Amino acid sequence: MGERALLVELADGPAAEAFHAELLRRRAAGALPEVREVVPAARTVLLDGVADPVRLAAELPGWEAGHAPAPARGVVELPVRYDGPDLAEVAGRWGVPEAEAVRIHASAVFRVAFCGFAPGFGYLTGLGPRFEVPRRATPRTAVPAGAVALAGPYTGVYPRSSPGGWQVIGTTDAVLWDADREPAALLSPGTRVRFVPVPGSGEGR
Amino acid sequence: MSGRAVAVVRAGALTTVQDLGRSGYAHLGVPRSGALDPAAARLANRLVGNAEGAAVLETTVDGCALRPLRAVVVAVGGAPCPVRADGRPLPWGTAVRVPAGALLEVGAAVRGLRSYVALGGGIAVRPVLGSRSTDLLSGLGPAPLADGAVLPLGTPGRVRGPVDAPPWPGPPEELVLRVRLGPRDDWFTRASLRTLTTRAYRVSPAGNRIGLRLDGPALERAVPGELPSEGMVLGAVQVPPDGRPVVFLADHPTTGGYPVAAVVREADLGAAAQAVPGTPVRFVTAP
Repeated sequence: MGERALLVELADGPAAEAFHAELLRRRAAGALPEVREVVPAARTVLLDGVADPVRLAAELPGWEAGHAPAPARGVVELPVRYDGPDLAEVAGRWGVPEAEAVRIHASAVFRVAFCGFAPGFGYLTGLGPRFEVPRRATPRTAVPAGAVALAGPYTGVYPRSSPGGWQVIGTTDAVLWDADREPAALLSPGTRVRFVPVPGSGEGR
Repeated sequence: MSGRAVAVVRAGALTTVQDLGRSGYAHLGVPRSGALDPAAARLANRLVGNAEGAAVLETTVDGCALRPLRAVVVAVGGAPCPVRADGRPLPWGTAVRVPAGALLEVGAAVRGLRSYVALGGGIAVRPVLGSRSTDLLSGLGPAPLADGAVLPLGTPGRVRGPVDAPPWPGPPEELVLRVRLGPRDDWFTRASLRTLTTRAYRVSPAGNRIGLRLDGPALERAVPGELPSEGMVLGAVQVPPDGRPVVFLADHPTTGGYPVAAVVREADLGAAAQAVPGTPVRFVTAP
């Protein structure tokens, strides 16, 4: 891809996560040539700012990426009020009552597959394929910061107010992004996440 | 801060603080940002004795006006424009000394779009994730300049010997962008790829720091549907559903779901950032 980048395409999301984990392992061990950016996405990993992309491309096929990603240390718990305007719509698509939809979402363990859209916005996987939902037909002009929302196979949390077409099911007070904090992003690729219902929301209704 | 600062008298249409950008955070969704014409920013910095990566001002079309609180060495480069101190003409493209309290006027670009104003010591706003650049996509870094703002300056370096003829390339009459096809060239018809690399495009007025937008023949897709999000690079020629290519510049998103038909050489992007709307554009394949 261009002069200094390689876009590595994997079979599917889990394979991309495993390959990304392998790259990070090699980088930590000093066994990855200097690369400015390593950007995982839905089923690719981009290596950008590579000094010798031809040589690196020749080496990649030999790299073991078969084993599952190393379990991330700990799980980030995000407190959520399941009070989003699209909760009923999502529950309807899943064919369950709202309280059950909350239970399903809050009992899954998610993993940040990749980030994008805005600093600190993670695309979280962890719900089964039968819980995929489409984007809203009409995007909202302003989705508030902290909105917990679904689209396709992903759950995401809006780090700041922005336009968006995802189905909003709840709200968290967690600060997803703070450029003055180290690290700035609460969620980065590979982070495991669990959504914890805040008492008095969703479930109680 | 030692009183070294400049007051913004006229911010101009869009003037931002830029250095060479943020590196290493693309996986968190943080764009690289940085000067759109980095060669111009580096040269302007060298002329005033700064490190090449010091923060400068990047103006858009109509320049800006500043009042230094202390005497400062200044070089204005990039897009050629008139430069004045208290109404008196100063040379463009070389280091000049502006007295304390003088009104430094960086005029409208005569050719090109973006002038770079390097000030001795560099703009010393607080860095965010290792850079002082304003990122208009994600809002990181200092806000675009506003009238009345005061910008701190760092400690000036030593201005090296005079440079008689700094090598400023002029803004392009015709923009020739060397590309490598891929990674998603196979998402387009062969005829469309031929169109991309043989037909003339023009720079659209809708461009910005995120991307150079082009008017011209639309590219037709061979593969319909949505591409799963994937990492994007500087210079990516991304093709949205309307078929008109967009060349990604410094504030581009880090991931995207529209296919990238080709990638422009980084060395050609400075000229792309200086090409005024209406400039003819040709893409040529290069190894």
